[in-house]
Amino acid sequence: MNVRRCALLVLLCAATGTVASGQGSLRPYVIVDDAIPASLTGTRGDPGRGRAIVVARQNTCLLCHSGPFPEERFQGNLSPSLKGTGARWNEGQLRLRLVDASRLNAHTIMPSYYRVEGLNRVAPAWRGKPILSAEQIEDVVAYLATLRDE
Amino acid sequence: MIVNSKRTQWLAPVAVMLGFAAIEVISAHAEIPLGERRSGYADLAPDTKAMQDDDTANPGMLWVQDGEALWNAKSGAANRACADCHNDARTTMTGVAARYPAFNSKLGRPIDLEQRINLCRVERQQASAFAYESKELLSLSAFIGKQSRGEPIAPPTDERLRPFLEAGLEQFNRRQGQLNLSCGQCHDDNWGKRLAGSLIPQAHPNGYPLYRLEWQAVGSLQRRLRNCIVGMRAEPYDYGAPEYVSLEIYLMWRARGLPIETPAVRP
Ligand code: HEC
Ligand code: HEC
Ligand code: HEC
Repeated sequence: MNVRRCALLVLLCAATGTVASGQGSLRPYVIVDDAIPASLTGTRGDPGRGRAIVVARQNTCLLCHSGPFPEERFQGNLSPSLKGTGARWNEGQLRLRLVDASRLNAHTIMPSYYRVEGLNRVAPAWRGKPILSAEQIEDVVAYLATLRDE
Repeated sequence: MIVNSKRTQWLAPVAVMLGFAAIEVISAHAEIPLGERRSGYADLAPDTKAMQDDDTANPGMLWVQDGEALWNAKSGAANRACADCHNDARTTMTGVAARYPAFNSKLGRPIDLEQRINLCRVERQQASAFAYESKELLSLSAFIGKQSRGEPIAPPTDERLRPFLEAGLEQFNRRQGQLNLSCGQCHDDNWGKRLAGSLIPQAHPNGYPLYRLEWQAVGSLQRRLRNCIVGMRAEPYDYGAPEYVSLEIYLMWRARGLPIETPAVRP
């Protein structure tokens, strides 16, 4: 983890302060180091709605992740548990992780939830649309930040 | 498996130093070592294994029986049965499914077993081609596939197939769809893990056509590939597209040596 974070800094320092998004209908955001410090919508998300988004099948999180969701029978194990993630990362870091995890690790399998460019052969139903809206990203960030128990 | 799944984490810092071109080459070739290759059968629940193992319980055998009837039925303007030219499939078709797709000189491109069957349909029986996923085509390919049961997959060593094999390899490792995943990220790097409730298999084509419990029917490899492509939120190719043939050539090469299980059973 330490080695990886150093590598990330090398990668991200160069990008610090650049406006990363002018993609279509997406709202612009600014990456600072390994985070997007400012809310995409200018307001705080709702953690209750965020939890519902994370567990809903169509939003795909539980394909790969498990977490503190005792009512969910099927949870994936391709990635770290979401338990305690709010203690490991601040809101800005969680926001960049959701918006475009490939900026943190170019080889990650985690999809970029708020990105529409640089994708191949996207099916027509999904083309030009981010997986989650800016409002949904903020709700999920607000929820993940509450997951402080390891 | 563990070594594979850790691979990208390991290499991430290296990638930053070497540039990303180098890692793409490495990751495209980090396949499952031959000794660790295992059929999807290995991960089946005991009752699903039992269903596949027992011909009287395996629903795929109904398609095989229909295929046998078609094999022996005269058809088309030529009024010939497959059996009129190919005799007893139990001897003449042994090992055939294990070495398809094969290069067809006349067409100048590789064809899969379904396309081979339809060539005989059209040229030899002078009948119309069967549609993809039709009961007839699935039955005949299940019947022919069954004649190779237990035979190791043996892709032809035909240099003309190489560009198609390479195209298949490239497709397998290319990220696609709204989820921006490649086949290899699931099937090379994360096999054996759980994608929500489903165990990720190594993606071997050795059981097709097969009975899938979710389909409640026999389906082709192309149908299975379309399921994964749709799952990645990518646009599936039309049935019969050359992209599926290249992908199948690569999958067969990747599964070389594994025994054919047609008609297999999968969840
Ligand atoms: C295809 C698999 C996949 C999907 C789907 C996925 N993730 Fe991830 N996620 C990962 C992986 C793998 C990591 C580990 C870091 C890396 O490789 O980028 C990760 C890391 C994370 C982390 C950091 C975990 C920590 O504490 O270190 C958070 C938070 C996260 N994901 C949230 C989400 C949310 C929320 C969703 C759904 C909106 C989601 N992920 C969907 C694969 C996935
Ligand atoms: C009039 C004779 C004739 C009939 C009828 C016929 N075939 Fe063929 N088939 C051939 C010949 C000849 C070949 C050799 C390859 C060629 O056509 O280029 C062949 C090749 C094949 C092959 C490839 C074998 C290999 O070793 O690669 C398959 C599979 C096949 N036929 C299946 C069928 C099926 C199924 C039917 C019935 C729907 C059928 N054939 C009907 C003559 C026939
Ligand atoms: C997000 C992970 C994921 C991706 C990406 C993916 N698959 Fe799959 N694949 C699966 C899972 C899970 C199954 C098993 C489904 C089940 O058991 O219900 C499967 C099944 C298969 C099988 C059937 C294996 C058998 O034993 O019958 C094949 C073949 C296959 N995939 C090929 C592919 C190809 C080719 C691609 C790329 C076009 C691909 N998959 C992309 C997860 C994935």
